[in-house]
Amino acid sequence: MRPFKRRKRGGVYAVFEAAEAHLLVNLLGQLVELLRDRNGEDESAPDPLFAQLGMGGSHVPPDDPVLQRLLPDGYTDDLDASGDFRRYTERALSETKVANARTVIASLVEGGLDPADVETNDAKVEVELDAAAVQAWLRSLTDIRLSVAVRLGIESDEDLVAVADSDDETVVVMSDIYDWLGYVQETLVQSLG
Amino acid sequence: MTSSPAPTEVEQPEADESVELDQPWVTIVWNDPVNLMSYVTYVFREYFGYSEAKATELMLQVHHDGRSVVATGSREEMERHVQAMHEYGLWATLQKADT
Repeated sequence: MRPFKRRKRGGVYAVFEAAEAHLLVNLLGQLVELLRDRNGEDESAPDPLFAQLGMGGSHVPPDDPVLQRLLPDGYTDDLDASGDFRRYTERALSETKVANARTVIASLVEGGLDPADVETNDAKVEVELDAAAVQAWLRSLTDIRLSVAVRLGIESDEDLVAVADSDDETVVVMSDIYDWLGYVQETLVQSLG
Repeated sequence: MTSSPAPTEVEQPEADESVELDQPWVTIVWNDPVNLMSYVTYVFREYFGYSEAKATELMLQVHHDGRSVVATGSREEMERHVQAMHEYGLWATLQKADT
């Protein structure tokens, strides 16, 4: 990957290897699936009135620990208020996360990625992001980093050390992905500074 | 998406006791081992419109103390902030301000 850089006339760009772009699409796809499992197929096309009335929203936190982190409680000291807050806001939050993931995938496709072609690995994917896409990327990269972190069991700074020292092959692979996602996000944030 | 909180509450009549007695609410951002320090600072600058210095100070407070009060105001306003923080992937909650 060539890190994010700012263009003189605005916007930022970066170049990904095809394999890296596929990895992002894969992680984003899992994220969308997970959110849809919670809130159903109509995630991306909510009925505005339905959403506004907070109907269909659950007041109970998700069981899945990744979803718990992506859709957290709004109150720590008031269970009822937390339930109401979730009922009225969770769907919109979830929809925003799905829309952000789709924006990121669209930038990669626009940059030349063919999501169906996992064979051609020598191609480069050059993404160009305008201000709106930058916001989607920042949030989506965070969402997938949070997801990977939960699966790795990273809950404290000490866990980061344990994960880095692990000999478990799966943990090593996921940990490398986690570090790489952090690098991508860091270069994106720095490019905006 | 990146609006700063507008001081809409100042129009309230000061004589209104219910307003005076209303305890303010706060938005708290909690530490997590995942979010990058640069990103958290960016979010505080971008969303709340804080200066680089103030945003960095709040980020460090979250990092060292485990939490930081990043905004104070009406309950509705704090709920909007909390939802926005959740969109950014930061863990935030709201509660009544300590008296």
